[in-house]
Amino acid sequence: MADTGYSKLIKDGLWSNNQALVALLGLCPLLAVTNTAINGLGLGIATTLVLTLSNVTVSLIRNLVRPEVRLPVFVLVIASFVTAVELSMNAWFYGLYKVLGIFIPLIVTNCAIIGRAEAFASKNNLFRSAIDGLAMGAGFTFALVALGSLREIVGMGTLLSQAHLMFGEGARGLTLTLGEDFNGMLLAILPPGAFLGLGFMIALKNVIDGRAASRKVKVVLAEAQTS
Amino acid sequence: MTKYPVLIAGLLLALFAVSGTSLLAFTYDQTAERIAANEREALLKNLSALVPADSIDNDIVSDFITIADKDRLGGEHIQVYRGRKADQPVAAVFTTTVPDGYSGPIKLLVAVNADYTLGGVRVISHKETPGLGDKIEEERSDWIFGFKGKSLKNPDISKWKVKRDGGDFDQFTGATITPRSIVQAVKNTLLYYKDNSRSLFAPAPVNVASTQ
Repeated sequence: MADTGYSKLIKDGLWSNNQALVALLGLCPLLAVTNTAINGLGLGIATTLVLTLSNVTVSLIRNLVRPEVRLPVFVLVIASFVTAVELSMNAWFYGLYKVLGIFIPLIVTNCAIIGRAEAFASKNNLFRSAIDGLAMGAGFTFALVALGSLREIVGMGTLLSQAHLMFGEGARGLTLTLGEDFNGMLLAILPPGAFLGLGFMIALKNVIDGRAASRKVKVVLAEAQTS
Repeated sequence: MTKYPVLIAGLLLALFAVSGTSLLAFTYDQTAERIAANEREALLKNLSALVPADSIDNDIVSDFITIADKDRLGGEHIQVYRGRKADQPVAAVFTTTVPDGYSGPIKLLVAVNADYTLGGVRVISHKETPGLGDKIEEERSDWIFGFKGKSLKNPDISKWKVKRDGGDFDQFTGATITPRSIVQAVKNTLLYYKDNSRSLFAPAPVNVASTQ
């Protein structure tokens, strides 16, 4: 465990132990806000920020905190950071804050964050914890954006709508409209569409992993035969 | 150290509570002004879309009263922003709440001009079905702009319904409840204004203006 390199940390966060697709943590925000790609990106960035800050802090205090009060302290740390991030978004990204609304405070309840604090940051040094937070956050953001894009395309026939909420008025032109007469499939925008979309994404990931695994087996077999 | 483990743990917890609270106090202090400015700016943007800035000469965002009328305005804390020019009433903007949206209350801004016509209506927040009921948003369809210039005489008060109910206002394909409830709420706001237009613009006593 201790000698795993940074590349493994990053690979774990983005793919093999993706908090949304493999660990299935943080489903509440994942399913609720991903009706557009921009919403997913906004919440993903906020979550990454909180996750990295909390991982760093938990790692710094890991030798100070007694086991009895470990969890309350972690919760306190996370809740403080979430509120700080919420206030900052309200101040600097007002439009996006309005859209994401209740889901920013709900980052507190994202089990992925306390999960990483408990499982990783409380046992690893500062730098490794920071990398882990960034990688896990990036993986979560990737899942949010992918699901958001999927639902937006199928449901509304657009991509990156409301980009101006995040990147300023200049980004209005970023919105792609796919087909003028496409009114969208309502199902994709509604909550069931989130479950369906997530299901397809997990299935796709498993197919890719399965292919990779069977290829590896073939290579090993081939090597075994030649030697 | 090992003698009072609970005490140590409690102190640790208190220490973190204090530092967490300090972090929040600091962030709040850094952002409070900006957040207030954001909210004010967003409100001003909405208000000036309904009451043109050059038609009034007062600070409409600060010139408001709070009234209660659950039946006609949908709430106990309805703000009315008052636009004036040379101390004459120009328009009143109600933060009417529609209590019976399809999936929860809908918050509106309803601007009524001093001549009893509508300066316009905007939806501030709602939870209506995406793709169906959300056509009440100005970014999704022109429907909400149709209220501008209407009054209780145009169309006649008996025609203040959606077309399906025999009135003058369009409903949406697949969504009748949302427009129906909004038309009703706008009509009720106009009725309220008709009965109270004089008292609404009474020069605000200082104590009313200072209590939210």
